[in-house]
Amino acid sequence: MKSFAYYPGCTMKTTGKAFEQSAFAIAKVLDIQMREIERWNCCGTVFSLTIDDTMHHMATIRNLVRVEAMGESEVLTLCSMCYNTLKRANEFISSDPVRLSELNDFMYKEDLKYSGHVQVRHLLEVLRDDVGWDALKAKVTNPLEGVKVASYYGCALVRPEGAGVDSLEDPTVMEDLVSSLGAEPVQWQSRLECCGSYHTIGHKELVFERTERIVSEALKAGADVIILSCPLCEFNVGSRQPEVAEHVYGFKQIPVLYFTQLMGLALGIDPKELGMDDEAILKLIREKVEV
Amino acid sequence: MIELGTHTKSRRDILDKVERISEVDVFSCYQCGRCSGDCPSINLMDILPNQAIRLLQLGEVELVLASKTIWICASCFTCTSRCPKGIDIARVLEALRQVCLRKNIDELDLNNIPEEERERYPTIAWVSALRKLSG
Repeated sequence: MKSFAYYPGCTMKTTGKAFEQSAFAIAKVLDIQMREIERWNCCGTVFSLTIDDTMHHMATIRNLVRVEAMGESEVLTLCSMCYNTLKRANEFISSDPVRLSELNDFMYKEDLKYSGHVQVRHLLEVLRDDVGWDALKAKVTNPLEGVKVASYYGCALVRPEGAGVDSLEDPTVMEDLVSSLGAEPVQWQSRLECCGSYHTIGHKELVFERTERIVSEALKAGADVIILSCPLCEFNVGSRQPEVAEHVYGFKQIPVLYFTQLMGLALGIDPKELGMDDEAILKLIREKVEV
Repeated sequence: MIELGTHTKSRRDILDKVERISEVDVFSCYQCGRCSGDCPSINLMDILPNQAIRLLQLGEVELVLASKTIWICASCFTCTSRCPKGIDIARVLEALRQVCLRKNIDELDLNNIPEEERERYPTIAWVSALRKLSG
């Protein structure tokens, strides 16, 4: 059994519950142990891009200190934005002894120190590099034959260079996952395009435009479903679809799932354990595969 | 009429700060326009990303600081990933936002968010919006 410290991030406990629930369900089948970090805090969600801003990495790095306290050397995340923020802050702080000591100085009252040696991993990386596609295929009891899947990477999973789980411009990890589940990955245009991210709060028209394009491209490529790995992308590309339909004449909707939910269906897990109570999505998949 | 190409001391100071905190030399841009061609939110910007860099080169710092462009950019890093000169444009735009935010000038006014919408937004959206758009 492979064991990891698990960093959930805030949204896994609110609108992204289904992501966490389905991740735990598939981890059990694949013999991956995820131990939630005690007293974790928000990672900050976005990596601070200015170089004179060590304090903004404080919240992020504090979580890595907790990982070390658990005796673990690797931390596993599900959310693309947490992954990006944790990984980049870790690299930024750990690669420079002066910054690392500056950051540790902020925590002097708590007597905490970060060594700089924790490795940040995303579940998709673990599936590819630690579990392996062949081992995953061997666990599939319910191959999703005929289901056409559009893998949506968005930004945080692949960009910028060095921060992603896969190639910058031509990632394949999600498509390889889809193939391993017996489903069919579709080739499509918008898989690396931004969903509008936090503009969902102040500029929702921007997000509607992005969602309209992303969903239309997926449908044009013949996809039945979009899978993704970020609870903010899910909100924008998934939950916002009915509103987009009100604004854009002729807009057609498509089901959106976390990749762990699609995996769960192929691994024969009860949809209820995957946080899937949406009958419309299940109906669509059932038309093709008996779940 | 705006007189272009004047590097006054105060403009130079802001530009120096932008270059220092972003670690980007804006003068290395040769205006190929790739950043603007690949930007997914270009239609909502009033100055194209390559134009913003050009204006900085010309010393027109205030024009760029007053643009919608710096706030529309959500740091998706498409421009950064594809710039043939290796310029981290996303970092330049963040530095410009920081020049404003560090003066405590907020871009996001929470009073404008309808109350019935507030509860349904995911935590991740709130935290990232407030980190990017408030000082």
